[in-house]
Amino acid sequence: MSLFPILEEESVEPVPSFAIEEFLAQEREKDLFRFSTAGSVDDGKSTLIGRLLYDTRSVYDDQVRSIQGKGTVGEGQIDFALLTDGLRAEREQGITIDVAYRYFATSKRKFIIADTPGHEQYTRNMATGASTADAAIVLVDARKGVLIQSRRHAYITSLLGVRHIIVAVNKMDLVDYSEETFRAICDEFRSFLEETDAGSSSRVTLHFLPVSALLGVNVVHRSDETPWYGGPSLLELLESIPSSETNVDAPFRFAVQRVVRPNMNFRGFAGQIASGRVRVGDAITALPSGRSSRVERIVTFDGDLEEAFAPLSVTLTLEDEIDISRGDLLTLNEERAPVARRFQASVVWMDAQPLDAKRRYLLKHTSQTVPVQSVRVWHQIDVGTLEQHPAKTLEMNGIGLIEVETRRPIALDPYSTNRTTGAFVLIDAETNATAGAGMIREIVEKDARTAQGPVTTDERTARWGHTGAVVRLTASATLIDAVERELFDHGAVVVRTSSDNDALNQSLATAGVLALAAIESEAAQLLEIDDEKRALEASATVENILHYLRQAGVLQQGLV
Amino acid sequence: MLAVENTVPSQPTSTVTPARLSHLKLLEAESIHILREVASEFAKPVMLYSIGKDSSVMLRLAQKAFFPGPIPFPLLHIDTGFKFREMIQFRDEMAKSIGAELHVWRNEPAIAAGTNPIALDTKRCCGLLKTQALLDGLKHYGFDAAFGGARRDEEKARAKERIYSFRDSAGQWDPKNQRPELWNLYNSRIHPGESIRVFPLSNWTEMDVWQYIHEENIPIVDLYYAKERPMYVRGETLLPTEQDFMAWPGEKPQMVKSRLRSLGCSPCTGAIRSEADTLPKIIAELLSFRSSERANRVIDHDQEGSMEIKKREGYF
Repeated sequence: MSLFPILEEESVEPVPSFAIEEFLAQEREKDLFRFSTAGSVDDGKSTLIGRLLYDTRSVYDDQVRSIQGKGTVGEGQIDFALLTDGLRAEREQGITIDVAYRYFATSKRKFIIADTPGHEQYTRNMATGASTADAAIVLVDARKGVLIQSRRHAYITSLLGVRHIIVAVNKMDLVDYSEETFRAICDEFRSFLEETDAGSSSRVTLHFLPVSALLGVNVVHRSDETPWYGGPSLLELLESIPSSETNVDAPFRFAVQRVVRPNMNFRGFAGQIASGRVRVGDAITALPSGRSSRVERIVTFDGDLEEAFAPLSVTLTLEDEIDISRGDLLTLNEERAPVARRFQASVVWMDAQPLDAKRRYLLKHTSQTVPVQSVRVWHQIDVGTLEQHPAKTLEMNGIGLIEVETRRPIALDPYSTNRTTGAFVLIDAETNATAGAGMIREIVEKDARTAQGPVTTDERTARWGHTGAVVRLTASATLIDAVERELFDHGAVVVRTSSDNDALNQSLATAGVLALAAIESEAAQLLEIDDEKRALEASATVENILHYLRQAGVLQQGLV
Repeated sequence: MLAVENTVPSQPTSTVTPARLSHLKLLEAESIHILREVASEFAKPVMLYSIGKDSSVMLRLAQKAFFPGPIPFPLLHIDTGFKFREMIQFRDEMAKSIGAELHVWRNEPAIAAGTNPIALDTKRCCGLLKTQALLDGLKHYGFDAAFGGARRDEEKARAKERIYSFRDSAGQWDPKNQRPELWNLYNSRIHPGESIRVFPLSNWTEMDVWQYIHEENIPIVDLYYAKERPMYVRGETLLPTEQDFMAWPGEKPQMVKSRLRSLGCSPCTGAIRSEADTLPKIIAELLSFRSSERANRVIDHDQEGSMEIKKREGYF
């Protein structure tokens, strides 16, 4: 029997005569649903995806023809792994290495599949696929039960905040569609997930499904083979789970990406609404500064809006001229986000270079990048057993709990309540590698006399009126001198250093000092505050530079 | 219309908006977010403008992202010298009408040496006129980020692409060593000489692109619409008559009602027989297709994995 029959040669078909306008109207009602899958050789993942793509007519003939006669399945069948594994190394080795994204649509929804590998050494790719998913399909081989690979995938997806886990018990045809086998796997899986400590796991909804991807049982259509199963087919389930994309009932969160200022009369703040909704006239607060104003206009290319909601990209103008820049978080007055410098987070380590408290990391969170002052590992999780082991470091693909302190405060939410303002990545400042993916769990209250010694960073900031920072300034000697003098006169602890001694500069900044790494130049002007570049006008003044230091959160309000 | 002039407050268009967005609006919001991130984090970004339907959508999204301001980066067209006349005319008019700065880069030494897909093979021709020209052009202007209109649904190597695709100092892609990309947090940090290719349309499909063009009334090159055009007819293949050297000795073109499904260089882009002379008809026709849009591009099929090889070498 040919399971995936080879298609006939392409023929010129007439343009269908159905009402295209009707089709387009229906298309306007479609939303977008993202789900992830994970798996490897033999567990049927590629076959399952192939089924979904093929049975929804989302694969073209030339794509099918290009893999016909290749691969390892029987004569006349199509090895769908060849269709989904896009890299030569993957086809050669017969494994999925990296995340691939695939697309298909039904009359109800457009789907994006993040197709990820299942092996432990690709845990980071699995986490990547899960980070934006509304649901995850976890494959379980009916003959083998819940193996470590299924556990790992379930744990990672719940850690990454995926709200719906679809447990597809596959190869049911090989266990004679046994209800007993199916129930046993469901129970085993349920009890495993209850043990997880993934922060948001209590909010996970589990769906169990008996399928045979190879024979198409319960994949697109419900099957008579499993009369004891009264639920929907996989595709029906995917069409009916609510999309978390429209996170509109949560508090309003809007990270400013860019200040749009085409002329003197217009100053707007461009960004994408992470959650919630905003209306013209709403009282808003910018964080971390705490400055408030009201929304004057919600501007888009297609006309102003009276109200906007997640995840629209809009531009807001405010009634008052307050100092807001990229990285600030706009919230409604009555539902502000907490502002903190220290927090605990779950982290998935992604770099070959293990987490090292001595290395310099940058934390990218919403639209801002701030230096990490300190990072400490509390424990590592064994994903197979869910046991916590004390650890000082995390190797690539390791998952653990860390405590992060940033050099400057950021406005954030726990990841369990907001997948945008609760997420961050750690970037290795030397190699620029994306080293870790973090999910904020809770803010750590100020705790004097800890690892930092008898004086805390916050105490220094309160006394000196500024945080530590490396300020690289390329400018004329006159301007550099004036900046140093002005900062000193206002009580700042400022030290002029050589720009090439990065280790020294970082140590000074960590201790709360302003390390002014100056490069004298009559020709060029450039300001870098902790790696963030700001181009200066040729006519830049001391006041311009102090303004940027305030804007970056280095100089505290009211001091200089 | 020059977007920059349009800063007068317009009247709110609606008072109650349903809190549900169509897939096109969701894709639009995601793409605008990407465009703004790049414009804010890179010193010298550029948008690769190929004049095709995907570029047209990307350009409209850029207008939306920075409205009411102008697009804060230039456009760059890599001109192989074999683009259709209608494309070049459309390109110049489009850049002028939206007030965008346009750079055109050509590998002049290779063009002067008579490089064409008949004299060389298509692979080497592409390597010189597209990939090399692109790398030279980016280097010449010192661009550190370049937007491209490529989509993940086009080809299986592209399905593995990041939205921010890191390129080493030679502009090359290392598919086995890509930066993990989670949520909508993009790592824009590069060392001097390195660069990032950015694909804001990564999650769009061909159908999404056409529907968006329809919904938004985005102008596209006339070659996408079916009309009677002279073609060299070789079995099922329709070859545009743009370049004389493509004709076999004594071969005469015939008038065929046809259109192009994707726009490339005229010698290597086949036309299809079609009656679709409006956008709804194009969309209806798309629904009936059994072949992918790149099936009529000679260059993708030279060998298994040829797109991956080209991308490693620096192609988009």
